[in-house]
Amino acid sequence: MNFKATLACAAFVASVAPAAFAGEDAELVLNGEIPIVTTAPAPAHLDGVLGDEIKSGWLFRSDETQATQMDDFDNPGMIFVDQAQASWDTVEGSEGKSCASCHNDPAESMKGVRATYPKWNEEAGEVRTLAMQINDCRENQMGAEPWKYDKGDIVSMEALISVQSRGMPVNVAIDGPAQSTWEQGKEMYYTRYGQFELSCANCHEDNFGNMIRADHLSQGQINGFPVYRLKNTKLNGSHSRFKGCIRDTRAETFNPGSPEFVALELYVASRGNGLSVEAPSVRN
Amino acid sequence: MMKWIAIAALSSVAGMASAEAVAPADVQFDDYGAVEVSLSGTPGDAANGAAIVGDKKQGNCVACHQVGALADIPFQGEIGPALNGAGDRWTEAELRGIVSNSKKTFEGSMMPSYYKTTGYIRPGDAFTGKAASEPLPPLMDAQMIEDVVAFLATLKE
Ligand code: HEC
Ligand code: HEC
Repeated sequence: MNFKATLACAAFVASVAPAAFAGEDAELVLNGEIPIVTTAPAPAHLDGVLGDEIKSGWLFRSDETQATQMDDFDNPGMIFVDQAQASWDTVEGSEGKSCASCHNDPAESMKGVRATYPKWNEEAGEVRTLAMQINDCRENQMGAEPWKYDKGDIVSMEALISVQSRGMPVNVAIDGPAQSTWEQGKEMYYTRYGQFELSCANCHEDNFGNMIRADHLSQGQINGFPVYRLKNTKLNGSHSRFKGCIRDTRAETFNPGSPEFVALELYVASRGNGLSVEAPSVRN
Repeated sequence: MMKWIAIAALSSVAGMASAEAVAPADVQFDDYGAVEVSLSGTPGDAANGAAIVGDKKQGNCVACHQVGALADIPFQGEIGPALNGAGDRWTEAELRGIVSNSKKTFEGSMMPSYYKTTGYIRPGDAFTGKAASEPLPPLMDAQMIEDVVAFLATLKE
């Protein structure tokens, strides 16, 4: 059935030692043509806390889950990309416009966009996530209702925009006007929330590669977001994932779209500077 | 005699299992983090302790620790050291201290404190993600701690 992927795998096995075929040493090439950087030199701002290398969450998944992401025909996240392509072309709101009215073909206009978000918006005087920018266009260019943060429509649109940057390195700016937001996110990353008193770093910095009960801990990178999760069979935004991880420490969570999660997203994204944009990735 | 009656009355109000339970705020840790006095006043039940250590809904210690004596429980974690031989390495008082509040023994430990009710950042109402106000119910009650300690004491190499 999956002829292309099988071919790609066969070629791969022939050229590389079988030990490197799966697991933490596996290589990811989408559709046999887009190479994805899943291990990259650690950005300087990390000061070596993750060692020399940063790693995509893809490397920590089972062979089966890994394979599901290798070909767009197998990747269930691509269905949502198709749906977003339809809403890209749909006129909505008081101005009689669609996304396409201003941005034409996303394959051209949205190339490279995902890789630099979240980023500082000079006019608004704030750090914006991709979702915030999409809603800004809806409200102020189209005269349409904003979409609900991290819910179906907007997450699918983020996936469509992300696909145009697949294989390009994440490259979010952390200096200049974004710096104070980045610092806020960094402080959150090391805060031990909740009755379990666990920080993001406890699990994703000190223990990546280790099992916590049945879960294989990754570095908690967000280069693959939005992520299709086999667990809930839909696309998930990074803020929903942050919320779930904080809830699991028996803490009061923050809300998707909150200023706190925007700051955390900027910081976590910057920990992945150099990894490829992978979205929509597949995880368990 | 008077004191005994007073405590009994108090604890029945609080709904505690044992008349002599030490409240979480009153636990005495020594300089190395050990707790000499039984928290419940009732000897621990090692078999029940084993069940608590392995149960996802109770101690869930195997989320982070491997326990050879509980080999039938799948998916044991690798965050902390394996607990095999813990009963050789630590006294009962030390084990009681580690389970009650590991940070008094291991500074900055990732291990949660199971008999502590205050001092949290954004404490939540169990796993709902909603806010809760302190004091929270401890993660385990006094008798559960004693049962777990009794089980750990049986772990000899
Ligand atoms: C108690 C452990 C724990 C804590 C604390 C924790 N996480 Fe996670 N996290 C997990 C587990 C388990 C997974 C699923 C396996 C994986 O991808 O690492 C996960 C997954 C993730 C993922 C998905 C990675 C991917 O490739 O799909 C992200 C992103 C993430 N966490 C971020 C965070 C952030 C940010 C924080 C702090 C706000 C945090 N986590 C706190 C355990 C934790
Ligand atoms: C989130 C992870 C985590 C959980 C859950 C956890 N522990 Fe630990 N535990 C640790 C770590 C890490 C250490 C090592 C001490 C350190 O350096 O922080 C440790 C140390 C210990 C030790 C001393 C180990 C030795 O032999 O030297 C004992 C005993 C222990 N834990 C018992 C328990 C029990 C019993 C439970 C459940 C009621 C439990 N732990 C739950 C992480 C955990």
